[in-house]
Amino acid sequence: MFGKLTLEAIPYHEPIIMGAVGAMILGGLALFAALTYFGKWKWLWTEWLTSVDHKKIGVMYIIVAMLMLLRGFADAIMMRMHMAAASAGTEGFLPPHHYDQIFTAHGVIMIFFMAMPFMVGLMNIVVPLQIGARDVAYPFLNSLSFWLFVVGVALMNISLGVGEFAQTGWLAYPPLSGKQFSPGVGVDYWIWSLQISGIGTLLTGVNFFATILKMRAPGMKMMQMPVFTWTALCTNVLIIISFPILTATVALLTMDRYLGTHFFTNEMGGNQMMYVNLIWAWGHPEVYILILPAFGIFSEVVATFCKKRLFGYTSLVWATAAITILSFIVWLHHFFTMGAGANVNAFFGIATMIISIPTGVKIFNWLFTMYRGRIQFSVPILWTLGFLVTFSIGGMTGVLLAVPGADFVLHNSLFLIAHFHNVIIGGVVFGYLAGFNYWFPKAFGFTLNERLGRYSFWFWITGFFFAFVPLYILGFMGMTRRVSNQIDPQYHLLLAIAAGGAVLILIGIICQLLQLAVSIRDREKNRDLTGDPWGGRTLEWSTSSPPPFYNFAKLPEVKDRDAFWAAKEDGSAFQQPAHYAPIHMPKNTSAGIIISAFSLVMGFALVWHIWWLAIVGLVGMIATYIKHTFNDDVDYYVPVEVVERTENEHFAAIAKAGVNHGR
Amino acid sequence: MAAEILHHPAAQAAHAEHHTEHHHDAGGNAIFGFWIYLMNDCILFATLFATYAVLAGNIADGPSAKEIFELPYVLVETFLLLFSSVTYGFAMLAFYKQQKQALLGWLAITFVFGLGFIGMEINEFAHLIGEGFGPDRSAFLSAFFTLVGTHGLHVLSGLIWMAVLMIQLVKNGLTAKNGTRLMCLSLFWHFLDLIWICVFTVVYLMGVLP
Amino acid sequence: MSHSNAHRAGAGHGSTRSYVMGFILSVILTLIPFGLVMYPAFSSSVLLMAIIGLALLQILVQLGFFLHMNTKSDEGWNMLAFVFTVLIIAILVVGSMWIMFHLNSNMMEP
Repeated sequence: MFGKLTLEAIPYHEPIIMGAVGAMILGGLALFAALTYFGKWKWLWTEWLTSVDHKKIGVMYIIVAMLMLLRGFADAIMMRMHMAAASAGTEGFLPPHHYDQIFTAHGVIMIFFMAMPFMVGLMNIVVPLQIGARDVAYPFLNSLSFWLFVVGVALMNISLGVGEFAQTGWLAYPPLSGKQFSPGVGVDYWIWSLQISGIGTLLTGVNFFATILKMRAPGMKMMQMPVFTWTALCTNVLIIISFPILTATVALLTMDRYLGTHFFTNEMGGNQMMYVNLIWAWGHPEVYILILPAFGIFSEVVATFCKKRLFGYTSLVWATAAITILSFIVWLHHFFTMGAGANVNAFFGIATMIISIPTGVKIFNWLFTMYRGRIQFSVPILWTLGFLVTFSIGGMTGVLLAVPGADFVLHNSLFLIAHFHNVIIGGVVFGYLAGFNYWFPKAFGFTLNERLGRYSFWFWITGFFFAFVPLYILGFMGMTRRVSNQIDPQYHLLLAIAAGGAVLILIGIICQLLQLAVSIRDREKNRDLTGDPWGGRTLEWSTSSPPPFYNFAKLPEVKDRDAFWAAKEDGSAFQQPAHYAPIHMPKNTSAGIIISAFSLVMGFALVWHIWWLAIVGLVGMIATYIKHTFNDDVDYYVPVEVVERTENEHFAAIAKAGVNHGR
Repeated sequence: MAAEILHHPAAQAAHAEHHTEHHHDAGGNAIFGFWIYLMNDCILFATLFATYAVLAGNIADGPSAKEIFELPYVLVETFLLLFSSVTYGFAMLAFYKQQKQALLGWLAITFVFGLGFIGMEINEFAHLIGEGFGPDRSAFLSAFFTLVGTHGLHVLSGLIWMAVLMIQLVKNGLTAKNGTRLMCLSLFWHFLDLIWICVFTVVYLMGVLP
Repeated sequence: MSHSNAHRAGAGHGSTRSYVMGFILSVILTLIPFGLVMYPAFSSSVLLMAIIGLALLQILVQLGFFLHMNTKSDEGWNMLAFVFTVLIIAILVVGSMWIMFHLNSNMMEP
């Protein structure tokens, strides 16, 4: 009746886990209590949970991403503390099977449930505004994408309290992840949380690809789009093309586990190396999915805060396109040591070195933009400068690893760990945090506290170097990754320093949380009245902060790049149009959240082999979707009076801020 | 949807304004987006084809391709799917000529052909499993059942979609929204025939070659 | 209205003649490979090239006659997306086969 599920699934005897679960439950209860006390349930449902507004969906993505940053970072701190202790002659405080779940969860959370949603959230908020559109191409799918992602997060968090998580590393290589060597539910949680949220990601890819190509403002040609939009476009191409590989490969592993097939088993003809091959054919494009939007953010930030047109727009676009294509011919560098031989390794090694060139082009473009600009040392620019230094180092260690001979020594050592954290933290995290600080006022209507933003940056970057430079050295000394016990005491000093670095990053994160709290407290003082707090160049800054739900009362006519800057220069910015027309907008819908709720039921049931419940979940998903297609009441027209009233408020605020014809 | 809105006076003015502003072609956008989704589906199948190519020789102690494939049977399946592709094309032509009865008729025929294809495939699978040559027998059989079965699942999904769409056509008539849906299903249905060309070539024909 | 919507989609649509033409060509391009394999009169490698070539031909036929693919639809984006996808499929399938062949011969065979 309940498959494999029994009360034994709850890990009563693991105090750390029970503590974490208790904290999460208490947090959830506090939230429920607050919502009830302030009578906000209806508001939450109608304004947020059923919203198809890309700006609200984007905000929700980022909120979940930040919560998961906390959980993923907790994993990191635990690992660092444990390793410092375990190399000092003690046993540490984490038994191996728990430690293995922690490093697996850390990777899965940071990539799938922190970095990806952060990126998708920023794309959601910014891209339609940057291209002068009123929403994305498929608003309902946007809502569905978000909720499917939430189900992935939910399954991952449920696994903490009911059952266990995978102990295989974030990519769950077979045969370890197969039925024979991981008979528990951990890998199944991994499978279903990835597959369900993966559908959401794929739908996002299709959605934004169509949006950018089809819904740009009149006159905005491709080579006039903002660079962030270009990088978003290429990112979505990568998503559309690479995610099916992940879906198919994980499905094959699923079949091995559930149906006894022999794709990746040790016997009966299975070939585990094929899994590694396929998963990295996805995995490499995935890291470019993460980094390209960050490059886009840096492009916007540099131009805005240097008060200068971006240098080399055309080469930036071509470099992005080159990276997109090249990212599909380097994947073997993740498994040079698996034994494909010198010829194969040489091809992929050379391709890997080539792919660093377009990124180098971009770095120079940003440097040349800053040269002879009037740099304003805002928080986003600090993150950008930090990125330029940090990411370049990480990129160089990547080129070192691209040499197969070097990789044979360094593969799966802490050198590798240091390299990818170097580029992910220095590139992806710094980029998204720059974007967060840059676009926060647009999304919420007030700027973030500068001082705490600066503190968080300095703690992050200092902490990063203290946490990961020792790992480069340890890698050269021969220390392997994913090791939790019997650690050579000669590694202890460096591991202790690394643990100290993690603490510095923790302080940086605390500064960010404080920054949010203080900024919300001081929001009236820091109101963005004009919608253009930084002197921006692109169209999102031409709307109010936050923008009206329909984004633009009148769709902008675009003639050149940096459309808003051009409008400010020629005096056409901040002009109120003579009259308004009704605006066609999509209606909110509960179909997205309901379909996803059924998918959660299905996922959980599949994990625990409760077959009847899984069928209920699947049928529920399909039936709800079909019912949704019979619903014809999906859109409406915003009356002119509403538009007029909203716009008048905005122009009154602009006048209050003393802006007449924009400059 | 668009048809109903046009009858509302306020909306008529708005629609005119709309046209001058920047008419977002919702139907066209949907069809384009669906084409892009199909590109993603192509890669999914490519992964399964790559897996099949790598594992086809790993027959363990089970049967090889030659021993279990019956080409005449597959030829009949192929023709069923091909006929269904053509009849769907005739259905689309009926839609453009706004001939509801013809449209529904051709869709029904397409459905029957598709159902026949699925029936034959289920029969083939059941037969193999009954003889002990199921997907758990060897890597080759795992890859075979998965590749061919995934295609079959797609066809089945298409049939469900077709049935729902026929109900919507009867209920709401030949609206723009239904037209868009017919167009998307058309892309899907023809695309499945394309994949089948690859399947019968790579799996069945190449499997039987000496 | 509905007629023009589908037109504006840019995906184009055929005529009875084009569907029948596509059908006849597809039938021929199906019967030939099946016949060649069921009654083999050539060496394996010749047959292999023949059936692959015929399959590619039939794919092109169906792309043209059934799916109405051309360089105009959707301002050329349809074709570009398709060509790019085919490129990636080639890289993935050929790349995987190349890699796995070497891995197998180095690591799996005695």
